[in-house]
Amino acid sequence: MGNELLIRNGRVIDPANGVDGICDVLILDGKVAAVGRVGDAGAKPGRRIIDAAGKLVVPGLIDMHVHFREPGDDEEETIASGSAAAVAGGFTSVVCMPNTKPAIDNETHVEYIHRKGRQARKTHVYTMGAITKGREGVELAEMGFMAEAGAVGFTDDGSGVQDASVMRRALKYAAMFDQVVAQHCEDRAYAGQGVMNAGYYATILGLPGLDGLAEEAMLWRDIQLLKKSRLPVRYHAQHISTAGAVEIVRAAKAQGVPITCEATPHHLLLTDDCCAEYDTNYKVNPPIRGAADVEALRQAVRDGVIDVLASDHAPHLQSEKELEFLTAPFGIAAMECALSLYVKALIEPGLLDWPALIRLMAANPGRIIGVDKGALGIGKQGDVTIIDPDARYTIDVNTFRSKSRNCPYHGWKVRAKVEMTIVGGEVRFDNRRIENRAQTLDR
Amino acid sequence: MALKRKSRHFNWTRKHLLGLRELSEEEITFILDTARGFEEISKRSVKKAPPLRGKVVVNLFFEDSTRTRNSFTLAAQRLSADVVEFTKKLSSVSKGETLLDTARNLEALGIDIVVIRHEAAGAPKLLARNINACVVNAGDGYCEHPTQALLDTYTIRRKRGTLEGLKIAIVGDIAHSRVARSDMWAMTKLGAEVTFVGPPTLMPAEVSRLPVKVSYSLDEVIEHVDVVNMLRIQFERMGGNPFPSVREYSHYFGLTAERMKRAKPDITVMHPGPINRGLEVESEVADGPNSVILQQVTNGVAVRMAVLFLVNHAAAQRA
Repeated sequence: MGNELLIRNGRVIDPANGVDGICDVLILDGKVAAVGRVGDAGAKPGRRIIDAAGKLVVPGLIDMHVHFREPGDDEEETIASGSAAAVAGGFTSVVCMPNTKPAIDNETHVEYIHRKGRQARKTHVYTMGAITKGREGVELAEMGFMAEAGAVGFTDDGSGVQDASVMRRALKYAAMFDQVVAQHCEDRAYAGQGVMNAGYYATILGLPGLDGLAEEAMLWRDIQLLKKSRLPVRYHAQHISTAGAVEIVRAAKAQGVPITCEATPHHLLLTDDCCAEYDTNYKVNPPIRGAADVEALRQAVRDGVIDVLASDHAPHLQSEKELEFLTAPFGIAAMECALSLYVKALIEPGLLDWPALIRLMAANPGRIIGVDKGALGIGKQGDVTIIDPDARYTIDVNTFRSKSRNCPYHGWKVRAKVEMTIVGGEVRFDNRRIENRAQTLDR
Repeated sequence: MALKRKSRHFNWTRKHLLGLRELSEEEITFILDTARGFEEISKRSVKKAPPLRGKVVVNLFFEDSTRTRNSFTLAAQRLSADVVEFTKKLSSVSKGETLLDTARNLEALGIDIVVIRHEAAGAPKLLARNINACVVNAGDGYCEHPTQALLDTYTIRRKRGTLEGLKIAIVGDIAHSRVARSDMWAMTKLGAEVTFVGPPTLMPAEVSRLPVKVSYSLDEVIEHVDVVNMLRIQFERMGGNPFPSVREYSHYFGLTAERMKRAKPDITVMHPGPINRGLEVESEVADGPNSVILQQVTNGVAVRMAVLFLVNHAAAQRA
């Protein structure tokens, strides 16, 4: 089949170009060739026609915070399995975090991730490089070489850069490359051995608490460093989780500090009472917080203080999550149902409409990581996600393409389903075909 | 002293004892009443009764313990159960056999009751969800130590008749104490007014949401209370230094003979053991007329017999 694709009659939402209406999208040779009323004239022989009536046709979604565990923990996830999960979740681009074993802290490792991503042939796989060698927080990693190899930013995610002088140097040095510097904000000394949100539930469950101030203190520190450096470096606060962090970012933005931030589905949906039965699927870092924090985060999304929605997809083996709450690893794997979770947290309560949600899932992350994606302009890469906004389904972890099942949303009834994921003009995920086949098998 | 027998016809249905937070006042009272009946067995010349004959109890201890382990062993033996001792120093994070694998192996050996002590809060719940045997919590992290609180309340009831209306101070490292938490649930459910006493650095997060009063001054509290339970300072659990020195801690929170002069004359002095003599309690007080510290140890056996008996009974009813 020639690489020609016509998506007809969908509601095309492209916030970056101010598009929201029923029309067609034509993709030729992997690039967007037309957005508008192509009509029957566009239905040439040999061209694949996709009827998207009643569906949303949006720029391919971007998840700028995932852990695909390769290299080092391939039994939890690989770039291949993670990529399959990504397209099932509607993501045409993902950004892997560099906290693998070894850490992604040089150009060779960056190239390795890209190669594995290309071989998987599912989603565009990007990676951030580590800020410091081995993510040890001591010496700067080779940011320049990693940027040239295609890294889309820097972070020591999994932990924050503890030493303020190292962080100051990192921000200054990164200013040469127009790359975002992202931080997992957590003052480790203050956080101590905490395993869940510090508060009433930690107290009655007898678990060490992880106080939100550990996050806020580092976030505040970094903002002071940014102000002081006065350099044109972009800073991104990863997975913020507290009302205090929201206020710090809000104030910094009001002062013109070049800062963006992201929120995850679990911090927008869950409260720390969920840990009451010691279910380790709720153990995540930053921890699930209290109701006031969830409310503050949701309002911050509505107000535009939060720029990006990111899953922090963090797969772990069942055998690891079967350990005691104290010793089990942190992380939730929910990339495949992330879209439905955002809908539940933000669209259903009326905080966002669809165009606003798509902006936070495509245009904004694309801009922050500096890739020419997240919009449907002529000549742009043909990355498109087709969503059935009205579909209702029950989340079933056993259908996940991810290797892992550490997802606390199993059994949740949710709305909005990814129908099709198109990457560079190729259909890489087609739920219609999957469901048709399932029906055939049922008969 | 006659105990109230209002719960005599209560039907016990729990095959696990995981904590006291989820227990009702009736359930707690029922355990204590049952224990009262078992007390006599330990006073016979032949200290045995048959209810758990043919049953196997395993003491699965991942933390050091002498007192609680021996108490459970004796309790099981007095009910004619066979006892398997299983000691294991906690392995590092995910290395070695996991808790669940250990438990599944024990189950494959055909055990009926697991008595577990573990440094991770929630470990008994994890076990109970995954195996068929009865699970009894012998202390998990700083979450709960239900049989300790049961023997504490039992001892208070034996001494004072009831907990209803009593003022009880629990003094020391509240933040890291499973005894404080279990005591709080049991004592407040039975009608006592509980005050946590200790430095703010040893109070847990959001302590104000717990059903207790909080005081940072033992001197302010000591005059008003009927019972004082002096917790052991858990040097191994605290981390950092929540108080500057042992000397300073004792000065503010030690139960000294001097402080006792201002207490009610009939105050009951308790300690879950093992005592750091001279730190939490001066020897003169620990060994003095108000102390019930050794009665607590004695009563522990009867209380644990009751618990083993009841969980086994509930399991048999279900089978």
